Amino acid sequence: MENKINQVDRELLNEVSNLENMEKGAYNIRKNGQGIERKVTENVNIITKKDKAGIDIYVKENTKFEFIHIPVIITESGLNDVVYNDFYIGKNANVIIVAGCGIHNDHHKDSQHDGIHRFFLEEGAKVKYVEKHYGEGKGDGKRILNPVTEVYLKAGSSLEMESSQIKGVDSTIRETKGELAANTNFVVSEKIMTHGKQFAKTTFDVQLNGENASTHVTSRSVATDSSEQLFVSKIYGNNRCFAHSECDAIIKEQAKVTATPEITANDVEANLIHEAAIGKIAGEQLIKLMTLGLSEKEAEEEIINGFLR
Amino acid sequence: MLLELKNICFERDNKKILDNINLELEIGKFVAITGPNGSGKSTLVKIIMGIEKPDSGKVILDGKDITKLSIDERANLGISFAFQQPVKFKGITVYDLLKIAARKEKMTKIEACEVLSKVGLCAKEYVDREVNNSLSGGELKRIEIATVALRGAKLTIFDEPEAGIDLWSFSNLIDVFEKMGELIKGTTLIISHQERILNIADEVILMKGGKIQEIGESKEILKKTFAKTECYRGIEGRP
Repeated sequence: MENKINQVDRELLNEVSNLENMEKGAYNIRKNGQGIERKVTENVNIITKKDKAGIDIYVKENTKFEFIHIPVIITESGLNDVVYNDFYIGKNANVIIVAGCGIHNDHHKDSQHDGIHRFFLEEGAKVKYVEKHYGEGKGDGKRILNPVTEVYLKAGSSLEMESSQIKGVDSTIRETKGELAANTNFVVSEKIMTHGKQFAKTTFDVQLNGENASTHVTSRSVATDSSEQLFVSKIYGNNRCFAHSECDAIIKEQAKVTATPEITANDVEANLIHEAAIGKIAGEQLIKLMTLGLSEKEAEEEIINGFLR
Repeated sequence: MLLELKNICFERDNKKILDNINLELEIGKFVAITGPNGSGKSTLVKIIMGIEKPDSGKVILDGKDITKLSIDERANLGISFAFQQPVKFKGITVYDLLKIAARKEKMTKIEACEVLSKVGLCAKEYVDREVNNSLSGGELKRIEIATVALRGAKLTIFDEPEAGIDLWSFSNLIDVFEKMGELIKGTTLIISHQERILNIADEVILMKGGKIQEIGESKEILKKTFAKTECYRGIEGRP
């Protein structure tokens, strides 16, 4: 693997990963469709896939509190990168996985990255998965990210996923799927902010198959200018289980947001709740902050920053 | 004179909400406004803060006409306002709100906790909580009071602080108001129907039908109006 990380790369990496934390654990950096730097540890092994682009990550059972970073950076205009990453998490292992994609596109052609991430958690494993998306660059070439996340939880395991896309991505279609066995917990918290003519679609499909499986899906988004967002959530309660999904969106200017919640109970003991709220910033919130001396613009920033925190 | 209201009129849906109000507030006074529901009390204080604009008339602060100034401009000139229904936020914590109120980005958590303790909240439990539905009405009221106290304003307005909280919380809240001198310097203007609050006021303004009917000491006002106005029903007969 050739090592060619320049200043733009470092800045992009910093946007999507905390470099200091990254150097403490295992990592794999992918740039413009190729792996360029990798570190494995005693407990975490990373192997390049032979049949397609991507890596397999193996975490040994009983691993305690390790970081795994797999950032992707794209600086080449016109690149369409598709990558398949599979995570195999051993019994009772406990790890934090940080995946992020930063695109810097200064040119006219579109740059696209589609990351397909699958997580296979063995009994009792615990994962915190953080995903950050970031786009920058002066060109009119689009920055497109279409991540797919599939989560398979065996009995007693849990995965907490945090994803955020705050800046600079023109188009995104995000798909998240989960299959949950008994006594598992899948928590998803998503934050999205769209500007200009950006488009974002997120879909959740969670199957609660085992007894006492539970899921919490929270989506908070801000849509500004003439951007569009679509939120689709489908949750199936197939056993005694609990689900709570919540979609909360602030719209400004000519933006549009659609939320389509769907909850299906296939078992009499399934307890499923969905909440959705879309609206502009509440006038009373602005007024309150203005009585504390903030201008209307400052008040609005404060409200949005808090909302997306 | 700290604040002068001159010929304030405010009409909505062909109904006179405020009918030619003239009022002067002196520096350092604790003044209560009382009167039946719909008498225009809340509208009057909102006009002082700039949340509502009068159809005619002037608001003068420290001799300066502030009638056309925005809410934040008035806030920065020294007017502070506690809402009847404290506003809730998603994601903004008590600590965030106190920092904004104190105009101190570098306010420490210890400083924030000191203020919360003064309004009767066990500070450590609250400082990192979001100012949202998970807080009770009484808790939100106290946080609201903490935010206005931190402004160090020349004029602090409370719009019916007793509204929307249970009697037990209210009794504790009154203790906070009785010690208000330690928290809030300057002039206080408070809308209230509560005898204990009216009793600690230097002056009580009685409003009715969009007009100021009387200004005087609490005892006189209570005595004169008890028989006439419904809003005092039950107060004097309280055990």
